[in-house]
Amino acid sequence: MAGPINWFSQIASITKFGLLSIPQRRGAVVATVIGIAGVVTVLVGVLSIAAGFRQAMTVSASPDGAIVLRSGADSEMVSGFGRDETRVIADSPGVARTAQGPLASAELFVIINIPKRSTGTDANVPLRGVEPAALLVRDNLKIIRGRMFDWGKDEVIVGRGAAQEFAGLEVGSKIKVGRYEWPVAGIFSADGGVAESEIWTDAKVLQDAYNRGDSFQSVSVRLNSPGAFQQFKDSLTSNPQLNVKVVRQSEYYAEQSETITRLITTLGYLIAFLMAIGAVFGALNTMYSAVAARTREIATLRALGFGSSAVVVSLMLESLLLALVGGILGGGLAWLAFNNFHTSTMNWQSFSQIAFAFKVTPELLVRGIVWSALIGLIGGLFPAIRAARLPIAAALREL
Amino acid sequence: MKFFHLIWCNLKRKKLRTSLTLLSIVVAFVLFGFLSAIQQALVGGVEMAGADRLIVRHKVSIIQLLPVSYEARMDRIAGVDFATHQTWFGGIYQDPKNFFMQNPVEPEKFLQMHPEIILPPEQEKAWLATRTGAIVGRRTANRFHWKIGDQVPIQSTIWTRPDGSHTWEFDIVGIYDGKDKGTDTTPMFFRYDYFDEARQAWGKGQVGWYTIRIKDPSQAAEVAKRVDAEFENSPAETKTEPEGAFIQGWAKAIGNIVLIVAAILGAVFFTILLVTGNTMAQAVRERTGELGVLKAIGFTNGRIVGLVLAESCLLTVLGGTLGLGLAWLVISRGDPTSGLLPMFFFPTRDLLIGLGLSVVLGLVTGIFPALQAMRLRVADALRRM
Repeated sequence: MAGPINWFSQIASITKFGLLSIPQRRGAVVATVIGIAGVVTVLVGVLSIAAGFRQAMTVSASPDGAIVLRSGADSEMVSGFGRDETRVIADSPGVARTAQGPLASAELFVIINIPKRSTGTDANVPLRGVEPAALLVRDNLKIIRGRMFDWGKDEVIVGRGAAQEFAGLEVGSKIKVGRYEWPVAGIFSADGGVAESEIWTDAKVLQDAYNRGDSFQSVSVRLNSPGAFQQFKDSLTSNPQLNVKVVRQSEYYAEQSETITRLITTLGYLIAFLMAIGAVFGALNTMYSAVAARTREIATLRALGFGSSAVVVSLMLESLLLALVGGILGGGLAWLAFNNFHTSTMNWQSFSQIAFAFKVTPELLVRGIVWSALIGLIGGLFPAIRAARLPIAAALREL
Repeated sequence: MKFFHLIWCNLKRKKLRTSLTLLSIVVAFVLFGFLSAIQQALVGGVEMAGADRLIVRHKVSIIQLLPVSYEARMDRIAGVDFATHQTWFGGIYQDPKNFFMQNPVEPEKFLQMHPEIILPPEQEKAWLATRTGAIVGRRTANRFHWKIGDQVPIQSTIWTRPDGSHTWEFDIVGIYDGKDKGTDTTPMFFRYDYFDEARQAWGKGQVGWYTIRIKDPSQAAEVAKRVDAEFENSPAETKTEPEGAFIQGWAKAIGNIVLIVAAILGAVFFTILLVTGNTMAQAVRERTGELGVLKAIGFTNGRIVGLVLAESCLLTVLGGTLGLGLAWLVISRGDPTSGLLPMFFFPTRDLLIGLGLSVVLGLVTGIFPALQAMRLRVADALRRM
């Protein structure tokens, strides 16, 4: 007895038979495939928002970067330091140094109102005052148009994302900050990171404009190595002069993006889950009617000696194939429609706008296709069992 | 109505197919309800805005503070009834995930400004008598099981007390309700005098933003202009806009939610349309012969179309009602994101839109099979029996 081989060839022939009959019930098949494609598009599309946001936040972090805030502060916005404190922080052990001094940039972080291009309404755009070391602390920063601002001069450079999302941020145009007007000297990129949503200027210039005296809000440092973090942190937290919170850049940005990614992922899964239930019903409907239309054929095959497990497996295969087609279609659609779709949203921790692009990652596509496969399997299982249980004699009598 | 029995029996004929189709319609309408609530939570605040209220904030950005002395100056501007202020406290209760808003306000003026906040008179009296007193909305009180008389510690991310600590203790003296279900009852409000005295030197005498009640809502634009003119060329210039526009600005800052929600709903309904349409088409195809008989015994074309449409509408309206009811049940259990969407509820308007949509869905999915049935020629149909 050729056992397994025979079993496989039975499955192959029933499946082939099923697939060949698709054109006869194309309405139902198309409805199922599109239904599943819809689920996958929505799932992948919604999750790509969260993935893009998270990516914008995490590419900003370098493993040897750390950020120091006042203890109790959950974002730069609400943190604050005097000059003495930022000096102590910069000279701490673990901070990398060059001939010009420690790689530490004491920074100010405020927001200013600039209209969004898409809606024309005011949005809160982050404006960061930095020290010269900032460019070494964040070494992925590149000027792509214009030039760097001159230190000590009332000039700014604008991140690529901000220039795209908000009106009036081209090289040569001027931004209005209270009673001041600052020309835009250049546009910079930062590997798609969160800095691209910001406007940068000299910290001293910003201190003057905002009457901040000689105070700062955060210190960004580059460490000797990622491993030096603990030493750096311990020396700061054990220093009685300071009352600070020390976090790795990666942790800081993960914390900043948590609220919004949680919101989007929770809602995204919930919506996709509900849609998936709907799609399962659609798939069940299609497969049940497929079975009903083939009652006689299946009974004939069973009478010829085809096994009931072969019938079950081949019907599930058929449903799985349809679902996978839907899944791939949906994933492709989501990729076409959403990948690199530029938008901006509010970072709820600092009320400031973050420009980012939706990211349809391979991982999301795989997830979408796995969902479609599950829908297909569930949608195929019950009809397949019904087909296998058909009483052969009664079904043949229907001839 | 006399054909109801016939329609009902037709639906019951393929129980499995009908129930599966019904279930997918139910799911679509559960989603519809759910997305309406999400959209309401994110952008619905605009409807709750008072037409007679203006918001005044620092011109450069909301994070910059305004002097508390502006209040008296605003009160004198023509068209202004009165002004009062609030400040962002940015507090955390136990865990940053437990987000809700807490603002210091001037109790009497605040309650006068916001009639949508319903606080029992004896609790109002207690608030005015207790310096460290705070009132909290019903939702937040239920969420953390706070009762009147509780003392709650809040960590402020912004404001330090003179001893350098960030922990502020408040006595809950009142729990307020909203006038209607769109009122946000998550924030906590406490007294500005306590706050201003206890905060460290930085920011003393400075407040976040002002709310102005104007005498005549139709004069909003003119009054707003006068307010901004009053503070022009001062160190803290202002930007004044109607409360609705202010809230809308926040909603737009989050992104184009309406568009995203519409896109998702579009995808959902398109899918359901296909599924239901397919069911109806199958049903009509199977019944070709019977339809022929009905026509032969004198059913007019209109009646045949009516029968098929009634069947598809019955299916979708049934599914729609069940789905909307289910959505209502799920939504009334509250915000699924624990705190991010304070105004999460099912607006009555969307409930009605949903019901209307279920009828439209029935008509659209039924119309092609119905026309097909209408065009049947009696002789052809009977021959197929």
